[in-house]
Amino acid sequence: MLVKLKILRFDPDNDKAPHFQNYEADVEPTDRVLDALNAVRWYQDGSLAYRSSCAHGICGSDAMRINRTNRLACKTLIRQVAPNITLEPIRGFPVKRDLIVDLTGFFEQYRNVMPYLVNEDPMPTVERFQSPEDRAKYDDTTKCILCASCTTSCPIFWANTDYIGPAAIVSAHRFIFDSRDQAGGERLDILNSREGAWRCRTIFNCTDACPRDIKVTKAIQDVKRAIMSQKL
Amino acid sequence: MRLRTRPASGGFELYAWFFMRVSGILLILLALGHFGYMHLLNGVEKIDYEFVARQYRTPFWKTYDLLLLSLALVHGANGARTLIDDYIHARGWRALFLAALYTASFFFLVVGALVIVTFQRVR
Repeated sequence: MLVKLKILRFDPDNDKAPHFQNYEADVEPTDRVLDALNAVRWYQDGSLAYRSSCAHGICGSDAMRINRTNRLACKTLIRQVAPNITLEPIRGFPVKRDLIVDLTGFFEQYRNVMPYLVNEDPMPTVERFQSPEDRAKYDDTTKCILCASCTTSCPIFWANTDYIGPAAIVSAHRFIFDSRDQAGGERLDILNSREGAWRCRTIFNCTDACPRDIKVTKAIQDVKRAIMSQKL
Repeated sequence: MRLRTRPASGGFELYAWFFMRVSGILLILLALGHFGYMHLLNGVEKIDYEFVARQYRTPFWKTYDLLLLSLALVHGANGARTLIDDYIHARGWRALFLAALYTASFFFLVVGALVIVTFQRVR
């Protein structure tokens, strides 16, 4: 089927402002948006820039605004969005070129929450065991692929790029509720700040945007409650 | 872009969030109670000056309305504070809007409370 692609393009060397450019691509309804982008780039306009790595919804590189909703180009089928497809870069971070944004700030926010296991006990000779119930507490947040769809769909983040954002809180949640981790209190202290978990206004855009179906808003609420029970 | 760890206002935001949850639940109950008493048990045709004067003879309704007024005002003002905090970044404008919000909220709280507490029936 023939689809019309309207892509927001920006070349910092030559353009003063981003502008839309129209393309047409002949693709199958069961193809992905990424296939349509490839069809344009490979056969029509080699200057079109976008990220993609694994192309199977795991690496999280091709998050973009597809028909004004944050999605992964490699997980969105043509039939879900055809025949007119508008593609824009995710919002809130500086655009480097076309659909590629500079995610330096995103990963800085991620690093702020210490997204790794902290355990000062002597190294055990076997695995650190955990009950299925304890594992279930943070199961949902282990699914994050750091695609930035949630953070860049948050209106509060659009207005305040200092806000740590849903993705970083999800990454913190994954370790705060891990029974083997010992730095939960420290992470809660970091998130107990004006630009931390309290900046969340429970808008739910992040939950809608997550391509992995993580209940992002619920995870943020879990963190808020944990801060509350730690402090009160 | 770098997060400042542990800024001074973290504690305040925690209490503000907790207050919004608690006051929100109380406001639903108080508003439902108010609605039930005024509109289901009585009805607008019965509500006049005498009705209110009769109500305010008891400390129960004075306390009830005082609670409703103060919780609704502070809950609403805190919501407006977060909006200002989210969307007004220029320090001067933010200070101006916050000052206006706090002044107006305090004024309405005091005037409303005065009316309820000092109410005397005029014959």
